[in-house]
Amino acid sequence: MLAMRRAASTPRRDPAPSRLRYRLTRVWLRPGVRRVVNFGLPLMAGVLASWTVMAQFDVRGQVTAWASQLHEKIVDRPQFTITAITVPGVSQDLAEQIRVAAFVSLPASSLELDVNGVRERIEALDAVQRARVRALPSGILEIQAVERVPVVVWRAPDGIELVDENGVRVAEVDSRMRRPDLPLVAGPGAGGHVPEALALLAVAEPVGARVRGLVRVGDRRWDLVLDRDQVVKLPETDPLAALRRVMALEASGEVLKRDVAVLDMRDPARPMLRLTDRAMAELERLKTLKTGEDA
Amino acid sequence: MRRQLYEVQRAMRARRETALRRGVIAILDIGTSKVACLVLQFVPEEVGEDGDTRPVLSQGAFRVIGAANTRSRGIAFGEIEAMEECERAVRTAIQGAQKMAGFRVDHVIVSFSGGRPRSYGCTGEVEVEHGAVAERDVGHVLAACDIPDYGHDRDALHALPVNFCLDDRSGLTDPRGQVGRMLAVDMHLVTVASGPLRNILHCIRRCDLELGGIVVSSYASGLASLTEDEQELGSACIDIGAGVTGLSVFLRRQMIYADSVRMGGAHITSDIGHGLQVSLPDAERLKTMHGGLIATGLDDRDMIELPSILGDWEHDRRQISRSELIGVMRPRVEEILEEVRARLDASGFEYLPSQRIVLTGGSAQIPGLESVASRVLGRQCRIGKPHRVQGLPQSATGTAFSTAVGLSMHVSHPQDECWDFETPADRQGARRVTRALRWFKENW
Repeated sequence: MLAMRRAASTPRRDPAPSRLRYRLTRVWLRPGVRRVVNFGLPLMAGVLASWTVMAQFDVRGQVTAWASQLHEKIVDRPQFTITAITVPGVSQDLAEQIRVAAFVSLPASSLELDVNGVRERIEALDAVQRARVRALPSGILEIQAVERVPVVVWRAPDGIELVDENGVRVAEVDSRMRRPDLPLVAGPGAGGHVPEALALLAVAEPVGARVRGLVRVGDRRWDLVLDRDQVVKLPETDPLAALRRVMALEASGEVLKRDVAVLDMRDPARPMLRLTDRAMAELERLKTLKTGEDA
Repeated sequence: MRRQLYEVQRAMRARRETALRRGVIAILDIGTSKVACLVLQFVPEEVGEDGDTRPVLSQGAFRVIGAANTRSRGIAFGEIEAMEECERAVRTAIQGAQKMAGFRVDHVIVSFSGGRPRSYGCTGEVEVEHGAVAERDVGHVLAACDIPDYGHDRDALHALPVNFCLDDRSGLTDPRGQVGRMLAVDMHLVTVASGPLRNILHCIRRCDLELGGIVVSSYASGLASLTEDEQELGSACIDIGAGVTGLSVFLRRQMIYADSVRMGGAHITSDIGHGLQVSLPDAERLKTMHGGLIATGLDDRDMIELPSILGDWEHDRRQISRSELIGVMRPRVEEILEEVRARLDASGFEYLPSQRIVLTGGSAQIPGLESVASRVLGRQCRIGKPHRVQGLPQSATGTAFSTAVGLSMHVSHPQDECWDFETPADRQGARRVTRALRWFKENW
C-alpha cells in the first residue's frame, strides 16, 4: 500500500542507496580496505591458484617433462651439433693429448657444451700455456692452443723434466738424450731459476762446447760444470759478473784449458784454483827438479 | 538533567575536536526541501611567499572537498516526519559528498531548523576569587546563571556567554586576566523541543555517523550571510527556508536572539497549488520559473501556460497572467514577514544601534522580496548570499546554502559555549578524586 502510493507520487526512482550499499561504500572508502581488495586479494588468489596447481604432482611433472622435451628439441637441432674437433697449429703429439683432455664425446650440442670447462681442462695440460675454445657455426669445435716451449732439461730429484722459461714443467722425459739440443740444469730448485740459468749459459758461450750443464747447489747458487769434470763455483750474489770474469780470464789466460779441477769464484775478492791430482804431482816433480838442480 | 546535557554537549565537543584533528568533517543541513552535505578538509594555514600567513577570511582554514545535495524526504517544518525516508535522504547526500571527496567521513555537524527554538537571556554574578579573573571564575559565573525553567520537554542547544561585566564595566568579550571584584555574565540560552532533536540524533546514528555538534540553523545562516560589520553593529538574519523561517539577531558578533516562524517556501508552493489547481511539482516549477512579488503592468500581459492535468490540448488549456501568480504568492510572503516582524518586535530588535535585515534561505530568491520585506519590516533589507568558501562548487553558492556554509564557519571558528568552561568543583558531586587532584594542582 505504502509502496504503491510512493510509486504513484514519485515516478522517478529514488536515488537513495540502500543501507547495505551505503555501508559498503563507506567501508570501501577506507584506504586499508581498498588496498587489501585491490592488491592483497588478487595477489593471494594468484598465489593460492598457482600453489594448488603446483601441488598436484602430475601437473608439475607434465610441465617439467614438456619443458625438458622442448629443451631437448632445441638442443638436438643440427645447427647446434658439433661433429669434429680441430686443433690447428700444434704438433701432432700435443693435438692428440688435447683431444683426449678436452673430453668431449662427439657429436655434442654446442648449447650443452661447457666451453669454459673444456678450456680449463686443456689449460691444465703441462704442455699448453693458453687455449682458446670456440664452437664454429659449421659444427666444428676449434681449440687454439699455445704450446709451452721447453728451454732447459732439468734433472730434478724425481726424474728428468723439460721446463719452459717460466720454470713450468712442459713434459717429463725418460732420458736427457731425448732433447740433446737443450741445456741441462740439475739440482733441487733449479727449475725455479731458469732465466738466471739461461743468462749464465749465454755468458758461458765462449766455452759453450765444453759446458755440460749447470748445477744448483743447495738451491742457493750455481756450479758451472764443464767436461773433464771441471767445475766453476759461482757466488750466491751476482753470479753473472763472476762468470764474466772467468770468461775474461779464459780469454786472456786460457785458465779453463789448463789442468784445473775447480775454479772457485765464491769469494769475489779471492778466486781460488784447485789443480787436478796429476797436475799437482807434476808441479811437485818440477819443483823438486828445480830444487835438485839447485841443490 | 542539566548535568546530563552538559555531558552530551561535552561529548559532542570532544568528537568535533577528534574530527578536526583528523582533518575531515562533514556538514549536514537537514532542511525541509533539501538535504545538503559538505565535506570539509581542514588544512594548516597557508604561508605566503613573504613568510607570514596569508590574510585569509575568517573561513580560510578549511576547504570544501565534497558537496552534494538531494531532495529531502520525510521532513516537515525542519523536523523528521518519516525516519526511514529521512535516513535515505541523509544517506544519499552523505554518499554523494563522500564520493566527490574521496574520503570517508565519520563525524558530522548538523543544523536543526525545527523544534521551535526559544531564546532566554540569563544573568549570573559572582565575586572574583583572586583579584584577576581566571578561567575558573568564568566557569563559576556561568554556573551561577539563573537558568529559567524551560520545561522538561526541551533541551538547551546553545548557551552562549554574550557579554561579561566586570564591576561597572560592561561589554567585555574576554574578561580573563582583568582585575575586578564582581564578575557578571549575560548568557544567551537557546532551547528546542527534545522530541525532534532526539529524532535527528537517532537518524544520524542510524546512518553510522557520529554527531560532532548540532547548531540552530538560523544561527548558522547568520554566520554565513552577515558581514562582520553587521554582526558587530546589530542586525537580523531571516532565513526563509521551505518549511521554517528562521530568525537570528546578532550584536557584537554574538547571537542574542533566535526564533523561528513555522512557515516558508513550501507554503507558497502549496498556495499556488491550491489557488491555481495544479499539482505541487507543477506549482513549484511555476514558483521558481515565473514567481515574483511585485506586479507591474507588463505582468498583466505576461501569460503563463498552466500545465494541464488531463493533457488534452483541445479542452483542457488554461492560461494565467503572471500578475495572478504574484497575487497568489504575495499574501503568503507578507504573512510570513509579518510573523517575522512580530518576533523581531518581541526580541527588542529596535533598540539595537544598527538595524540591518538580511534575507537569506532558498525562498529569498523570489524576485521583489527585498522591497516587500522593506515595506513589511520597515527597514532596509538586503538579500544575503553566503560568504565565499574555498572549494565550494558554484551550484552551492546561492542563498539556499547559507546554512551549510554557516555551519562550516561555525566548525572552523566555534563560539565559546557555556560547557566549554570547566564546571566549578562544587557542582561536580561525587568526583572526589578529581577534586582532590584539582586542589593539589591549584595550591602547589
